[in-house]
Amino acid sequence: MRVALFVTCVNDALFPSTGVATVRLLERLGVAVDFPAAQSCCGQPQFNTGYRTEAAPLVRRTVRAFAGHDHVVTPSGSCAAMVRRHYGKFGAEAADLAPRVYELTEFLVDVLGVTDVGAYFPHRVTYHPSCHGLRLLGLGERPRRLLEAVKGLELVELPGAEECCGFGGTFAVKNPDVSAAMGADKITNALSTGAEVLCGADNSCLLHVGGMLRRREAPLRALHLAEILASTEEEPWR
Amino acid sequence: MSGTFVGMPAFPEAAREAVGDTTLRANLRHATRTIRDKRARAVAELDDWAALREAGKRIKDETLRHLDAHLLRLEESVTAAGGTVHWAADAAEANRIVTDLVKATGETEVVKVKSMATQEIGLNEHLEAEGIRAYETDLAELIVQLGEDRPSHILVPAIHRNRGEIRDVFREKMGSWGRPAPEGLSDTPAELAEAARLHLREKFLRAKVGISGANFMVAETGTLVVVESEGNGRMCLTLPETLVSVVGIEKVVPTWRDLEVFLQTLPRSSTAERMNPYTSMWTGTTDGDGPSAFHLVLLDNGRTDALADEVGRQALRCIRCSACLNVCPVYERAGGHAYGSVYPGPIGAILTPQLRGTASEVDASLPYASSLCGACYEVCPVAIDIPEVLVHLREKVADQGGKGHRLEKAAIKASTWVLDHPGALGAGERLASATRKLHPKRLPGPGVGPWSESRDLPGLPAEPFRDWWRKNRT
Amino acid sequence: MTDSRARVLARIRTAVADAPGAVPVARDYRTAHAPDDPARLLDLLHENLADYRAHVHRTTPDGVAGLVARLLAERGARSVVVPPGLPEEWLATAEAVRRSDEPRLTPYELDGADAVVTGCAVAIAETGTIVLDGGAGQGRRALTLVPDLHLCVVRAPEQVVASVPLALPRLDPGRPLTWISGPSATSDIELDRVEGVHGPRTLEVLLVTSG
Repeated sequence: MRVALFVTCVNDALFPSTGVATVRLLERLGVAVDFPAAQSCCGQPQFNTGYRTEAAPLVRRTVRAFAGHDHVVTPSGSCAAMVRRHYGKFGAEAADLAPRVYELTEFLVDVLGVTDVGAYFPHRVTYHPSCHGLRLLGLGERPRRLLEAVKGLELVELPGAEECCGFGGTFAVKNPDVSAAMGADKITNALSTGAEVLCGADNSCLLHVGGMLRRREAPLRALHLAEILASTEEEPWR
Repeated sequence: MSGTFVGMPAFPEAAREAVGDTTLRANLRHATRTIRDKRARAVAELDDWAALREAGKRIKDETLRHLDAHLLRLEESVTAAGGTVHWAADAAEANRIVTDLVKATGETEVVKVKSMATQEIGLNEHLEAEGIRAYETDLAELIVQLGEDRPSHILVPAIHRNRGEIRDVFREKMGSWGRPAPEGLSDTPAELAEAARLHLREKFLRAKVGISGANFMVAETGTLVVVESEGNGRMCLTLPETLVSVVGIEKVVPTWRDLEVFLQTLPRSSTAERMNPYTSMWTGTTDGDGPSAFHLVLLDNGRTDALADEVGRQALRCIRCSACLNVCPVYERAGGHAYGSVYPGPIGAILTPQLRGTASEVDASLPYASSLCGACYEVCPVAIDIPEVLVHLREKVADQGGKGHRLEKAAIKASTWVLDHPGALGAGERLASATRKLHPKRLPGPGVGPWSESRDLPGLPAEPFRDWWRKNRT
Repeated sequence: MTDSRARVLARIRTAVADAPGAVPVARDYRTAHAPDDPARLLDLLHENLADYRAHVHRTTPDGVAGLVARLLAERGARSVVVPPGLPEEWLATAEAVRRSDEPRLTPYELDGADAVVTGCAVAIAETGTIVLDGGAGQGRRALTLVPDLHLCVVRAPEQVVASVPLALPRLDPGRPLTWISGPSATSDIELDRVEGVHGPRTLEVLLVTSG
């Protein structure tokens, strides 16, 4: 099995460790990984802010970058949702990419058929299902099943899990007060679990929530699911 | 006289105030969370919910596609049953029609059933200016009217008030509108409801003119439907001699049978009940039962503009259940007033800019009043894809330029250029990484400043992913 | 006025001129969620009425008069409104003063009455709803609205249906219809339901089965 990694622009620039973890995880599971260097941003920020025309060149670039790849894997529910739900609005070629893009947990559970990826992560973890993964992709129990199979990991329920963290792309900039209020409630809930790690499958949300946790110097850190799944007894993740 | 929304600031500024109001936050949090869980349980009782939702969506779409024909049929049926149909192109015309009808009766007061359409057109204020006093009779509307407040929720306009605040409004204000609040009124909901019963009863008994909206109008039969809980609707629809109903043109459904869908989905979505306590259905006038004169005012007021928008027209499917408000994390924190319209919440954010246009600052800010989390779409009983319409309206606002959007467009274009040139992108990332020790945790400057008031940026990584890949995998 | 009629209709026609044809309505939802079994439907109706704070009683045709008399007495109702066409035997033993609606009582007179006794047109088990259509023994709408106590007699199984889709075809849209699901209530204070606002605060439902 050979896949193309769609690392996403946020991960490329701000969270390269998530990309590295995704590569290690997939390779450990016997998957050959390509990284088409022509890839960039999927165009979601522009599209969701009302700049469809400005998103179009990025959509075209993304489509070209992954031409010829049957399985494109991305550690971002949000970017996967952009391709799957909205690329159809950018013509037939763009629409054709949609069914070939898999969010990481979809790829693991649905294509590889694994839930136990052989990971080891001896920590108390709570999981925030980001809105786009939850409602646009319908990831359902996939992330939870993967986490439950991680050796040493104690998964604790996040109260109000299905509520938005308040990031919402440019929403956080255009409506900073409401965004911060939503984020504050999210971390209050996360802290109430007593977890050491707040896990998610979308680093843009974790950028927002993690930033608030750092500001408060809270005893809880945000970490992408891929990095937990990449962690093993032999090679523990940080 | 209740306040109006004229001259509202843009959503972010109004929301900032609401976010800082701890009482308001607690009131909204308590109320929306109470109803959220109940709605989920009421919906889960029906294992064919998805099919009902799809049928509701299609009935409304079919209605809108042939709206002219359905309205003409409705007009014919209502007229045949003894009613009179009026057409109002805008708010001013609707207000004029209603005022003339009331004046023709010689009355100077009317009792009102809670109605979004009459709030939208500012009917009470217009009647007041013409010397006619309109009494709101829905409990929440009464609270808003007595408190000289503004509505903040479609179903429960006084949702921003808790029981203690309601008791204070009743104690202070009821006396100047009629029967005062009972001595020693407490803040228990039962006592507050009893106070409203006593206060309004004298008004119901003497009322000669009632004014209502309607939840549905059946084209085939000419039947109007009002769904309510308290019985104030029944009072206004039944006891007066003259009834005037002001209804948006999108409220028509083609057939009697179509009600079988909405009478299942509306109560469960709005009050989380299997069925609301009272539903009234009437067709024209009936000898010896209820008003002897019935007038139906069909209201456009921007609806045909929304209808002309191929993406936005789905907002006209709305049956005003409020489920999207109750589930919305932005509404819960910003409150209804921030939306600057009688239609708050997610549905308001797509309906108001279509009905009023996006010329004002608040209306242009509404499409951005959402994190696009999608919870509203999930609960909508007529499957309005609210996030889709929000993004579509953002395109329209961005296209029209205006405050902030020209600069934003330039910035977006620049970001697109950089992102479309991975060479430049990689160079920028590497430059950023190399100088990362110099980067502040908090961003300076307008726009991003507020963002970093409550968050720290992550430390920039040593190298971007593409460099790691090049060094380790090629 | 006619100008606006033409204007609105023209705007509509322009607005949808290029719209795609609508998808046909599929009615693949259920006709009913409850089993097609009269005894179980009656139990469900009973349960759902009670869930929304109606007081529900079971009796036989012979027991109606005694039950009506007892309920009126227990509630302290001294006067009762009698809609035209109400079976006389239902009030045969009641002590309350009868107030006939012929000629029509004024709203103030209705407000002075303690109770009203009616039949109904149909009852819906799944939602705990009683529908009145102003037919014989039900009276005009105001009768079941202004007095604070409403006693409603439902004849089972013939008046009981499972669901809303099964109720609508049995109703005549030409008549004024009132759908009642429990006593008057409101959710306007903190979105929490409390019973008792403008409509009758007490709803007594008598489910009558023969045999």
